[in-house]
Amino acid sequence: MATIYIDNKPYQANEKQNLLHACLSLGFNIPYFCWHPAMNSVGACRQCAVKEFKDENDKRGKIVMSCMTAVRDGLRISIDDPEVKEFRARVIEWLMTNHPHDCPVCDEGGECHLQDMTVMTGHVYRRFRFRKRTYVNQDLGPFVNHEMNRCIQCYRCVRFYNEYADGRDFGVFACHNHVYFGRHKDGVLESKFSGNLVEVCPTGVFTDKTLKRHYTRKWDLQTAPSICPHCGMGCNTIPGERYGTLRRIRTRYSGQVNGYFICDRGRYGYEFVNSPERIKDPLRRVSGEGAGPGKYAPFEKGTALGAIKDVLNVSRGVMGIGSPRASLEANFALKKLVGAENFFLGIPDADYRILSLVLDIYTKGSARTPTLDEVESSDAILILGEDVSSTAPRLALAIRQAVKRKSFEAAGGMTIPYWDDKAVRIAAGGRRNPLFILSCSHTGLDDMAKERYFAAPDDLARLAFAFASRIDTGAPGPEGMSPDFKDLTARICGALESSKNPLIVCGAGAKNEGLVQGAANLAWALRKQGKSAFLSFVLPGANELGLGIIGGRPVADALKAIGEQKADTVIALENDLYRSLDKKNADTLLSAKFSITLDQISNETTKKSWAVLPAASFAESEGTYVNFEGRAQRFYKVFVQGGGTEESWKWLRDIMLEAGRPEASNWDTLDGILRDMANEIPVLAPITGIAPPETFRIAGMKVPRQPHRYSGRTAMHADKSLLEPKPPEDRDSALSFSMEGYAGVPPPALIQRFWAPGWNSVQALNKFQSEVGGPLRGGDPGKRLFEPGPGASPAYFAQVPPGFQPRKDEWLLLPVYHIFGSEELSMHAPGIASLAPDPYIALSEQDRLQLGKQEGEYMEVGIGETSYSLPVKPVRELPEGIALMPSGLPGLSGIGFPVWIKKPGKGARR
Amino acid sequence: MFSILKTMWYTFLHMFSRRFTVQYPDERPRIAPRWRGRIILSRDPDGQERCVACHLCSVACPVDCIALQAAEDETGRRYPEFFRINFSRCIFCGFCEEACPTYAIQLTNDFEMGEYHRHNLVYEKEHLLISGTGKYPGYNFYRVAGLAIGGKGKGQAENESPPVDVKDLMP
Amino acid sequence: MSETARGLITVFVVLFVLMSVAAGLIWLERRLLALWQDRYGPNRVGPFGVLQVLADMIKVLSKEDWVPPFADKGVFIIAPTIIMMTTLLSFAIVPFAPGMRVVDLNIGVLFFLAMVALTAYSVALSGWASNSKYSLLGGLRALAQMISYEVFMGLSMMGVVMLAGSFDLSKIVEAQRKIWFVIPQFLGFISFFIASIAEAHRLPFDLPESESELVAGFHVEYSGMKFGMFFVGEYIAITLVSALMTTMFLGGWLGPVLPPLAWFIIKTFALICVFILLRAALPRPRYDQLTELAWKVMLPVTLLNLMATGGILLAWR
Repeated sequence: MATIYIDNKPYQANEKQNLLHACLSLGFNIPYFCWHPAMNSVGACRQCAVKEFKDENDKRGKIVMSCMTAVRDGLRISIDDPEVKEFRARVIEWLMTNHPHDCPVCDEGGECHLQDMTVMTGHVYRRFRFRKRTYVNQDLGPFVNHEMNRCIQCYRCVRFYNEYADGRDFGVFACHNHVYFGRHKDGVLESKFSGNLVEVCPTGVFTDKTLKRHYTRKWDLQTAPSICPHCGMGCNTIPGERYGTLRRIRTRYSGQVNGYFICDRGRYGYEFVNSPERIKDPLRRVSGEGAGPGKYAPFEKGTALGAIKDVLNVSRGVMGIGSPRASLEANFALKKLVGAENFFLGIPDADYRILSLVLDIYTKGSARTPTLDEVESSDAILILGEDVSSTAPRLALAIRQAVKRKSFEAAGGMTIPYWDDKAVRIAAGGRRNPLFILSCSHTGLDDMAKERYFAAPDDLARLAFAFASRIDTGAPGPEGMSPDFKDLTARICGALESSKNPLIVCGAGAKNEGLVQGAANLAWALRKQGKSAFLSFVLPGANELGLGIIGGRPVADALKAIGEQKADTVIALENDLYRSLDKKNADTLLSAKFSITLDQISNETTKKSWAVLPAASFAESEGTYVNFEGRAQRFYKVFVQGGGTEESWKWLRDIMLEAGRPEASNWDTLDGILRDMANEIPVLAPITGIAPPETFRIAGMKVPRQPHRYSGRTAMHADKSLLEPKPPEDRDSALSFSMEGYAGVPPPALIQRFWAPGWNSVQALNKFQSEVGGPLRGGDPGKRLFEPGPGASPAYFAQVPPGFQPRKDEWLLLPVYHIFGSEELSMHAPGIASLAPDPYIALSEQDRLQLGKQEGEYMEVGIGETSYSLPVKPVRELPEGIALMPSGLPGLSGIGFPVWIKKPGKGARR
Repeated sequence: MFSILKTMWYTFLHMFSRRFTVQYPDERPRIAPRWRGRIILSRDPDGQERCVACHLCSVACPVDCIALQAAEDETGRRYPEFFRINFSRCIFCGFCEEACPTYAIQLTNDFEMGEYHRHNLVYEKEHLLISGTGKYPGYNFYRVAGLAIGGKGKGQAENESPPVDVKDLMP
Repeated sequence: MSETARGLITVFVVLFVLMSVAAGLIWLERRLLALWQDRYGPNRVGPFGVLQVLADMIKVLSKEDWVPPFADKGVFIIAPTIIMMTTLLSFAIVPFAPGMRVVDLNIGVLFFLAMVALTAYSVALSGWASNSKYSLLGGLRALAQMISYEVFMGLSMMGVVMLAGSFDLSKIVEAQRKIWFVIPQFLGFISFFIASIAEAHRLPFDLPESESELVAGFHVEYSGMKFGMFFVGEYIAITLVSALMTTMFLGGWLGPVLPPLAWFIIKTFALICVFILLRAALPRPRYDQLTELAWKVMLPVTLLNLMATGGILLAWR
């Protein structure tokens, strides 16, 4: 730490940082535009000027840019010096000469960094009399709106898009004061992180296009801390609601999880909450008169509970199907309702085996699962069979940073401070940390990879075992590996061995257990060599790991029970059985006499159930998800949907209470069920402590979900009734549906928006962090459930899988994932759906030529009893004997990957 | 004691002074031009809605009696999808007019708004919108602001130069 | 005409006149207050707004007869009737003109004092039975105020009784043929005047119902005709004390030229107007000032007045 003097008062500052960073961390307000804690300094905007003095006798000083000045011991600066204040005001006046002054129609208005900084510098009146420069905008796709006139040339967008997220279709054009930020021509932005431009841009050049359709100012949004439900990363988000519909998602900074950025699926997938397909009332299949497939009639909550109680009383056996997208609480409640022996994890069998394996590895393993923050610090990465950029996009972004991290090392050697972005890049000269991708086809991270290798998952598993046995000879290795692999093994093992924090990434994507075991063996072998190796498994569901922790039997057992007529009632919890099982099995399960489904959006399963109970979406419920690293995180109700919608665990609780079951008697509030769950499941013991309890108050007050400037309170309901309704009560959390309450910074798990006096934009975040860019004040929220024991030395998986044997007239059909399309809920968002690919089948070039099919030509594919007609997409690198099909697309759901399918005869045309 | 009698005497003398009461509605009161009465939404000189749904009036309103929702037509012009003022809450403070960046919301001289049913005091956009420019003739926000709307492209607003040709590198 | 029939007719005439006067007073007060405050007052219903009272009456009578669920129902209903009854009964002894009176009681003054004492029950009970904090506070204030002021009210009348040598009000009037008692009994007049304001809880001594602090004091919870009874009771009380002051200090019906009844009405009316002027002019004292005035100033003054009168009478005879 160094002592610096700001306006003649001494302060302690970190000398590794630049002056702007240090001053903001100390709580000073210095205006800035181009600097961003995740992207460091370039000194482009000249806004963060301060005056530096030689010593205490120096009265003249010199103006320097604080973002380009290093902190050093004894540094004397002035922020309040009149000359430097004048300088900053003139700089912003100059930046504003061409600004279109259209704040009233600008979506950034009210949360605009440019507005905040203009007010902060005190510039009020435009003196520039000449014509304003204008630009023509571009259509950048369904997510990001472009309004170039508002640009102040801070370069943050290109730096994020091209340098941080490695996008290639965006850039800066033209010259002098005509500089233009955009694509070479209109078109959808390719990067899956393009939505972050909205938050990165300090003004309204890039705004949220989905928000534009139901625009609401930041001060009118009712917000609460939430967790993204669209993949297993557990990114922290802040959804905002107005007039009963969800309006947008913003990133909720978390130092250890998602940092400043989230992917476009997380940001734009929220629109499923507003979908017209939402189920809003309990429904019952119409029997007798007017009956027919898909004929449902709404019924009262009380009647519904009574009817279900009656069913439970007469039923021969009740089976519960859990869900990886339902909260811990909901799955636990269902397990209690049906009993442990009747609770089945509603995931495909391959996923079930992998999930059990992953849990086993996390529990007894010696390698730590990294936080996303730690992923960024690893210096050699091996990805085994997973397309991380599609199944866990935020992890892919972290891996990109890890690969580029080498540049800091290189610059450090030349005493270039890490924050001097341009200098670091030049010094690094393109040096990168090694990333190896072993998969069966190309992935979204290929551009970062040092080396790629394509093979069938079984072969990849054998390779992983081979790496492990090379690093630690005690580990079992495959017999008879081809000598071709010698070099590959040597290169990859060499890179891993020469690193400090190697990271092994695997996942459920390849649907291969051997691969998971091989990844674990490799990470453990590296641990044995004294490396602090990280091991990360990518799981698809938002709460897949949580579901595994709750624990239950595979669905195959449920099918057996139905077959043996041991059970005649099925309760499916937020689970479209036609997605997680194949059609035949789903039909079998729903052929039970009574099938009760709890879900948010109408789907195949709800259309075939006996009764449907409307479940609240993530934005309407409180609960806990466990993310891929084993971090339990709480999410909160943003709003109350109204109608008959209720949180799943509350439906199940009410059913239990109606049936007179004593287990649910303590589940009056969320804290009650959390306590029971923590007592019953030892791994979940910490979950009661991940967020403040319902009774938590600051100065006797709850934390308000509405900002203190929330408007229209007495008019928004006036068209229906002049009696202003009492706001809903939240008995499950320390947040309230009100403008009234504690106005300061709440504890990190309850941060419902980033705002501070004078800082209306998301950059107010600086005031919530204990150090700018560091953890939130009070620690990053969530608790990790798995930490490897200090002396853990797990036994290696001994079973080396046999190599892949291509069959002559069959393909092994494997899933391929798409960030837009493979996830169930986000496909109900129009923007995401418009970018999802159409169904196809990917064949290797060789197979395509053999079949004599052109690219895009249709082909009949029979899977089980279903036949699909799909266009052919050639994939050059695909190994022999393997075909790929997109996972989870509408029309292609319910395929039990991996599956062998018949090759059609040569030249067979439609 | 004496002061009490004096008070009574002075009060008594008021019997002979002029009465202040204005006999409304028989006598019409004089309304100042800046009187803050019934709120209206005006149109710009081209006959289009002036309101651009910026939400500034609703946030300025101390009794929160203005609710609106922004919408956009196919040419990019913003307008309120609905605009509701609950006059049973309104205190006629005029902050909304003060906050309005487009002169859309204006307080008029009309104060005779009595109703027998309270819900008749909830005014929707069709009740608020007048066909003229109100107190501020001539002003048209979109002629000044840089946003392109139907009939006005980029660079066609007042004091704007034509759009930059990005591919041109001339100084 | 038999004595009974005559008595009955007098009773009904007095009752009818009183009720009309009370109603008229409501209008008169509003008009006079307005006049002194440079306003118009009710001027819309009927000529000069006189029918306003009728309109108000119709409104009050047609209102829902509401008893709050938390109130003590029986007492709540009885309380307003007491004030009406006692004030009306007091009028029985007032001689309007020679031979024109309801009953000829030789202890008229004592009867009046007894009736006034009973009105205290009305306000106290209404305050208590309403079961609301404002009512209770109002009732308590009323009770303390009425008890305090009653003490010297009775004493202030005794000087007149001494001078006249009778409790009979007709005799008291006759005794003023030479000189109105307001002159020898000026102190007595003043103290009776003040006490009667307090007893009628009129401004400035309306602390039991002070709107600005207790909403409406003891009758907050009352509405409709029950509230009407309190309201009318107050105006009858004003008329009553004005009539008594006329009788005891201003020579009753005595006067030249005009018939006796006319003199009585003129004097009473003038006093009523003074009451209204008081309301227009004076602010309300604090509660402690009110009680202080009663016990520390008015009581000693009346006692002194009584002693002086007695002494002079003794010395003179």
